[in-house]
Amino acid sequence: MTLTVKMETKELSVFYKSFQAIHAVSMPMYENKVTAIIGPSGCGKSTFLRALNRMNDLVPGSRVTGEVILDGGNIYDQGKDVVEVRRRVGMVFQRPNPFPMSIYDNVAFGPRLYGLRKKALLDELVEKSLRGAALWDEVKDKLSQSGMALSGGQQQRLCIARAIAIQPEVILMDEPASALDPVATLRIEELIGTMKQWFTIVIVTHNMQQAARISDYTAFLLMNEERAGELIEFSGTEALFTRPKDKRTEDYITGRFG
Amino acid sequence: MQKDIFAQVDLPRVYRRRQLVNSVMLGLTGLFLVLAIIPLIWITVYVIIKGGHYINLDFFIHLPRPMGTSGGGVLQAIEGSFVMVIIASVIAIPPALLAAFYLVTAPNTPLATAVRFSTDLLAGIPSIVIGLFIYAIVVVTQKHYSALAGGIALSTIMLPVIIRSAEEMLKLVPRELREGALALGSPEWKAALRVMLPAAAEGILTGIMLSIARATGETAPLLFTALGNDNYEIGNMIRQGVRHHQSVLAILGQILDQPADALPLTLWKYAQQPYPERVQQAWAVALVLLLFVLTLNILARFWLSHRRRQLGE
Repeated sequence: MTLTVKMETKELSVFYKSFQAIHAVSMPMYENKVTAIIGPSGCGKSTFLRALNRMNDLVPGSRVTGEVILDGGNIYDQGKDVVEVRRRVGMVFQRPNPFPMSIYDNVAFGPRLYGLRKKALLDELVEKSLRGAALWDEVKDKLSQSGMALSGGQQQRLCIARAIAIQPEVILMDEPASALDPVATLRIEELIGTMKQWFTIVIVTHNMQQAARISDYTAFLLMNEERAGELIEFSGTEALFTRPKDKRTEDYITGRFG
Repeated sequence: MQKDIFAQVDLPRVYRRRQLVNSVMLGLTGLFLVLAIIPLIWITVYVIIKGGHYINLDFFIHLPRPMGTSGGGVLQAIEGSFVMVIIASVIAIPPALLAAFYLVTAPNTPLATAVRFSTDLLAGIPSIVIGLFIYAIVVVTQKHYSALAGGIALSTIMLPVIIRSAEEMLKLVPRELREGALALGSPEWKAALRVMLPAAAEGILTGIMLSIARATGETAPLLFTALGNDNYEIGNMIRQGVRHHQSVLAILGQILDQPADALPLTLWKYAQQPYPERVQQAWAVALVLLLFVLTLNILARFWLSHRRRQLGE
């Protein structure tokens, strides 16, 4: 399988008012691979992730410089439709956030936004998405029940099903397992392993073992003297964890700080 | 996952439609925003034009002159408003805060539900009915109108406003903060007083200021309680008291016991007078009242937004 760059940041910096949260990060995200972003708390991992589908637009006073290239086009280009960006780049959050509606409607919410109305098509898509999120067998008999009645792990998989129902190309995950118990975490990790055959996945995690288990590439971010996050090292996950090139990476992965 | 289902949807068309709807709605929102602030600007500008030229220093430091003559001021109304708002605050704030703490600490008890319900009802009672009620239980019993009766009427207006706003502000305090204090073995009251109150202080203060602004602008509750009094002057009462060697308490009693004037009351009376000077003064009183209430409101909102920012909302 040839390696294709699906998404790429070029000198990406993010500011909140006068505070710089991310400083000039340039890195690729390869198609059908899992890219993990690790680093100590406050180094801007989540901010970086949120810049990849313009979720930071929602934060008043935030500003972005540099480029985020998705299939050759900058998502921050003037006149670029943020809705299109978000349809192509989906997101799963740290805390499961199912909407207050039925399981079916949760999954069908996105497709309906994009004009999918036919019952038969929606049925098919809901089933496919729930299967894709490894949740179908558990909920197929109670699709009309509230999504909020599920367990934490199931809720998170429902959110994954909801995200993949609009058939994005890239899926961003912000510590998707940090609010879950070990069993549910394992299921999410397995799921990520199967999902990468369909999607490009970028995951933020503060759990280094998790990054080592599930990702193909790993980026290590660390804040500089001005407390802005910088990219210290990016390489294949195995290489980064066994032969780190930078002293600071080595210190971090061996648990000497952070 | 096949990627064919969206092939049935014309995505560019969906995007175009959404952008169109988006700009139309954004335009409408902006239009109605402007419409919504027009009344405020209109009222303010109009009152400034009508009353602005009559405001001078005399207006603030003199009692009214007899009808039909020009000059004079509304010192009695300013002092009366001041005294009655202080009375109302002293009566309303402590129980309102205690009630709010109760509502937050025991939110689902039957008593809390009852308190919340009756507070909402109290907030909805027409203020003139409150005035009449205080007339019946205070004025009739005392057999005369007084600043105290007016203050009690205003406190009834302030009570529900403070309770509900303080409850909202206390609810914003993270639960972990209260639990952190309780986990150290702190008694409930100390957790409330030393941990939750400081955390919510600015917000609560904001609610209090808004309720004061509301009370200052009320006319109806004062009609049968404070009545009005063209000669209400604290300085004069103190001088009289000192001359007759009265105690501080006796002087204070005088101040509370006299019928009193208030800015909205004066405005209401003056606006009905046939003398053009009085009507002009009514506009000037309107301006003073408006500026006072606006200033309180702006300060309160400013603090509130500051507080929200601190909580990272």
